[in-house]
Amino acid sequence: MTYRNDPYDPKQVALLDPAALAEAVADATKAFTAATDPDALAALRPAHLGDRSPVSLARREIGALPPAAKSDAGKRVNEARRAIETAYADRAEVVEREQAERVLVEERVDVTLPFDRRPRGARHPLSTLMESISDLFVGMGYEVAEGPEVDLEWVNFDALNIPADHPARGLMDTFHIAPEGSGLVLRTHTSTVQTRTMLSRTPPIYVIVPGRVYRTDEIDATHSPVFHQAEGLVVDKGITMAHLRGTLDHFARAMFGPEAKTRWRPHYFPFTEPSAEFDVWFPEHRDGPQWVEWGGCGMVNPRVLRACGVDPEVYSGFAFGMGIDRTLMVRHGVSDIRHLFEGDVRFSRALGTGA
Amino acid sequence: MRVSVSWLREYVDLPADLPTGDLEQALVDLGIEVESVVDLRATVTGQLVVGEVREIEELTGFKKPIRFCRVDVGDANGTGEPQEIVCGARNFDTGDRVVVILPGGVLPGGFAIGARKTYGHNSNGMICSAKELGLGDDHSGIIVLPPDVAAKPGDDARPVVGLDDVVLELEITPDRGYALSLRGLARELSHAFDLPLRDPALAPAPTGTQTPAYPVDVRDPVGCDRFAARLVRGVDPTAPTPSWMQQRLVTAGIRSISLPVDITNYVMLELGQPMHAFDADRIVGPLVVRRAEPGEKLTTLDGVQRVLAGDDMVICDDSGPISLAAVMGGETSEVVDGTTTVLFEAAHWDPAMVGRTARRHKLFSEAAKRWERGVDPALPLVALERAVRLLTEHGGGTAGAEILDIDHVRPRTPISLPADLPTRRVGVEYPPPRVVALLERVGCTVAQGADRLAEDPGAVGVASGAGVALSVTPPTWRPDLTDPADLVEEVVRLDGYDRVPSVLPTAPPGRGLTPRQRRRRAVAGSLAERGYVEVLAHPFVSPELADLLGLPADDPRRPAVRLANPLSEEEPLLRTTLLGPLLGILKRNLGRGHRDLALYEIGAVFHPRLGAGSPPAMGVDRRPTDEEFAAADAVVPAQPVHVAAVLTGDLDPAGWWGAGRPAGWADAIEAARDVLDAVGIPGERVEVRAAGYAPWHPGRCAELRVDGTVVGHAGELHPAVVAALELPRRTCAMELDLDVLPPAPVTPAPTVSGFPPALIDVALLVDESVPAEQVRRALEAGAGELLEDVRLFDVYSGEQLGAGRRSLAYKLTFRAPDRTLTVEEAVAARDAAVAVAAERFGATLRGA
Repeated sequence: MTYRNDPYDPKQVALLDPAALAEAVADATKAFTAATDPDALAALRPAHLGDRSPVSLARREIGALPPAAKSDAGKRVNEARRAIETAYADRAEVVEREQAERVLVEERVDVTLPFDRRPRGARHPLSTLMESISDLFVGMGYEVAEGPEVDLEWVNFDALNIPADHPARGLMDTFHIAPEGSGLVLRTHTSTVQTRTMLSRTPPIYVIVPGRVYRTDEIDATHSPVFHQAEGLVVDKGITMAHLRGTLDHFARAMFGPEAKTRWRPHYFPFTEPSAEFDVWFPEHRDGPQWVEWGGCGMVNPRVLRACGVDPEVYSGFAFGMGIDRTLMVRHGVSDIRHLFEGDVRFSRALGTGA
Repeated sequence: MRVSVSWLREYVDLPADLPTGDLEQALVDLGIEVESVVDLRATVTGQLVVGEVREIEELTGFKKPIRFCRVDVGDANGTGEPQEIVCGARNFDTGDRVVVILPGGVLPGGFAIGARKTYGHNSNGMICSAKELGLGDDHSGIIVLPPDVAAKPGDDARPVVGLDDVVLELEITPDRGYALSLRGLARELSHAFDLPLRDPALAPAPTGTQTPAYPVDVRDPVGCDRFAARLVRGVDPTAPTPSWMQQRLVTAGIRSISLPVDITNYVMLELGQPMHAFDADRIVGPLVVRRAEPGEKLTTLDGVQRVLAGDDMVICDDSGPISLAAVMGGETSEVVDGTTTVLFEAAHWDPAMVGRTARRHKLFSEAAKRWERGVDPALPLVALERAVRLLTEHGGGTAGAEILDIDHVRPRTPISLPADLPTRRVGVEYPPPRVVALLERVGCTVAQGADRLAEDPGAVGVASGAGVALSVTPPTWRPDLTDPADLVEEVVRLDGYDRVPSVLPTAPPGRGLTPRQRRRRAVAGSLAERGYVEVLAHPFVSPELADLLGLPADDPRRPAVRLANPLSEEEPLLRTTLLGPLLGILKRNLGRGHRDLALYEIGAVFHPRLGAGSPPAMGVDRRPTDEEFAAADAVVPAQPVHVAAVLTGDLDPAGWWGAGRPAGWADAIEAARDVLDAVGIPGERVEVRAAGYAPWHPGRCAELRVDGTVVGHAGELHPAVVAALELPRRTCAMELDLDVLPPAPVTPAPTVSGFPPALIDVALLVDESVPAEQVRRALEAGAGELLEDVRLFDVYSGEQLGAGRRSLAYKLTFRAPDRTLTVEEAVAARDAAVAVAAERFGATLRGA
């Protein structure tokens, strides 16, 4: 819309009056201050700064003034307009800030609501323990060796210096595979992988063998027909029992803390000579610091080396093995081995996340 | 083996005040496992005294006969008056000496004894049975002391009944048979405490005579390389076994039977020589020692008739086999109540033969246990002498002058031991003189003995001993010492395992985990992250499982590896699929109140090599050739590693955020696809197809293929299987064979374009039978290189589309690597994509 300045209208010229301008500024400032949110403030803008606002109308009157008065009047109008603009901007800043703060308060939620929208999965603690044992030895340069769970009797017994009529074979409580004479068993120990490793590799051999083994034990709190072992085998030139002890001590500290140490008791295993059982000192045992039976170890029997094609005149080696289930049970205070195999999700969820 | 310390002290002068803990530690340090140490001195507290029964008053009118006794306990009760005690036992008379616990005493099990009124009388203490004192299971009556026991009323009864002793229960490893005897254990303790040993086997014994004690023909000197025998005539058949001997047998867990039999057992415990006592009057004709005829029958002492194998050894008389040699005697020749002529036999049998016989007949007698582990072949004559002396001393009679000794024992050949081998194997410096001294201590004879080494150390290169071999002959009682390594163990064992230092060896650089091992970890981790819980099931399954799973008759999962000796006759097979055991665990969890379950397992399954037969025999004196081992290995069942998952209930649970989402067939397939992703198989090499495969629902089963090879299946289980296994409806599962998956390729990097994409949606009308996967492939094939992504965002079917039709809505993302696409280019690419879908499946643009 256009607005014509002529004919001269004294009422309009009155807008340029300083008092009138001051009043316009005061009115605007008051109105702005009353606005409490950005929308309300924005709604006030046309009335005080729009085309029909007093300051805009006043500016139009300037043309009607005598040239001498134009400069003064223009200055007054501009000042008034700037004052209203500033008041608007100042107020806008305030209400926008207030609005932002209000939103933050209004949008508050209860952050303690339960977040089980996706139930947690878990590894089995035996799996993670086998992996951390593997990692420890891999870090020392070992490799992880594996073998079948049903294996040849020759691999499980004969090659390990356990002849058919030896009482040690009877003590193994072996699951035999039908029919009679199949020559197959469920491996009674991970030592089968000793045999297979020496048959398939040439020294130096540094391997760790975690795995599942089987004995005909009826299930009770401390026995399971299925359990797990980790077995270490080293065959190299100049290997001694001192190297075995050093390795076991290192292993013990990794599993049972920096205070852990090992203790040996002479024992008999057909596949090692000399042989020992070893205990570990576990300072954080549930029932107080104590020695805990951990496993068996020894120097690889030269008969085993020979059966597997390693020259015992050139190489010597050590082997050790321990129950992983037992290690887990001791470390975490598990009182019943059945918990490991029943598969109750509460058990794996509680223990299956740490390493 | 259970022995009392007091018996051990007969052969080695252990310090009188030796703490039992030290004794236990010494045995452990020598490799003898101590199962328990029972200090009998601490089992009964208070006054346990010998009493003499003065008067017995029979009380009547009670449910059972009761006796009111006055028992002289000397001054033990402080008054000197007879003690008044009520007793329920009846196996004693006035004048008998009994064992009395006075008020204030406590019996094993915390049973406190007081003065109390019972059956109308005051009872001040108790007359004890053996069971009440913890001395055995005999509760048939109270202990009545035998006449040969010297003890008077008021004496401490503990020494009298053997409660002043310490009993050791020991576990002997199978290599050391000699330690199953007092002689062997005393030898070990003499090493531990550096004390002299009075070896009972060194007692003088007369040698064999020209005239045999009894005619014996040993026809198999391999099975029996020594057979010795002596006769004792005119034995008093009523002579009892002395109480001290009975006590020692009972402690060892051996029942007292008769004096001659008890003597054989006693000598076995003392020396380690199993023996047999025949009633010579019940033997018909000369004895023959031979292998059994297969099928021959013999009734052993336990009353069981045994059918013999050709490998068993028997002792026969004219009537046939009368004894299963080395394992158990027979009924017809055993010593009986009236036996007056005893023939003691002490032989030496082949350990391997005895082991086989014991296992075959499941007869693990004390004798067999010792034979298997090795018995000193030098013992028979000493053992016979000991037995004969004991019998004549306690049973009267006369020892025959004739001594039979058929001896085919071959002398032991010396072992050549490099003098520095112990040092090289153990990592402890053992000077040769020390090696020799330790070996001599266990009884070895060393040709270059300690004395000579001491005189002339230069002769063996002093410290290193390099190049010098010692010639070591082990003692007769150590058949386990055959190799240099065995001698090394003796050196380190006696010197002390605790002296071995701790040195970490340096391995050559390793190659880390194999790709296969890394793959299993990736799969396990990915499923766990998806909310699945890993379990480890036992692999034993029932033969019915294959039917329950609805496997067809010719399914390759039907033939299974069978255990010859399963723990449960119901589950004799090894799993051919992980699903059976895994669903069992699912059910157990459901039974425990869990409703929403997602489980997985990674493990081996077992497939027999049908018709593979037996593996070829392989020796151990050398490495089998590659061909020999390959032939044997071909018999070993295939044992691929599978991964399987099962799920039921809600996969996403309901909660304050809204409704839950039930697990369904799609989740099972997603889990399978996730596994393939985790393994690094590129999506374009994976193909999912509908399949009919047990135990899945024929309309809801996906077959997963990689490069065209089937790697597994996923989906919802067959409703019949769900019903048969009593699982919740719509239980889902997947199983993949991880071993058939190809190795993950090195993935080429994608071109990541910085130009904006052009997004175009298309809704295609196709026949319902057309798999979405095929439509996607068609779109991909048609769209060309500009296509970046195809995403199916809606599947719709409804009446307006017509029966059997459905709409698949895809969002196509186009992008060029080098420019912003024009609308015309994008539309052209879309049209090309739709054209291929139209050509392959008759797809039409919906609304076009």
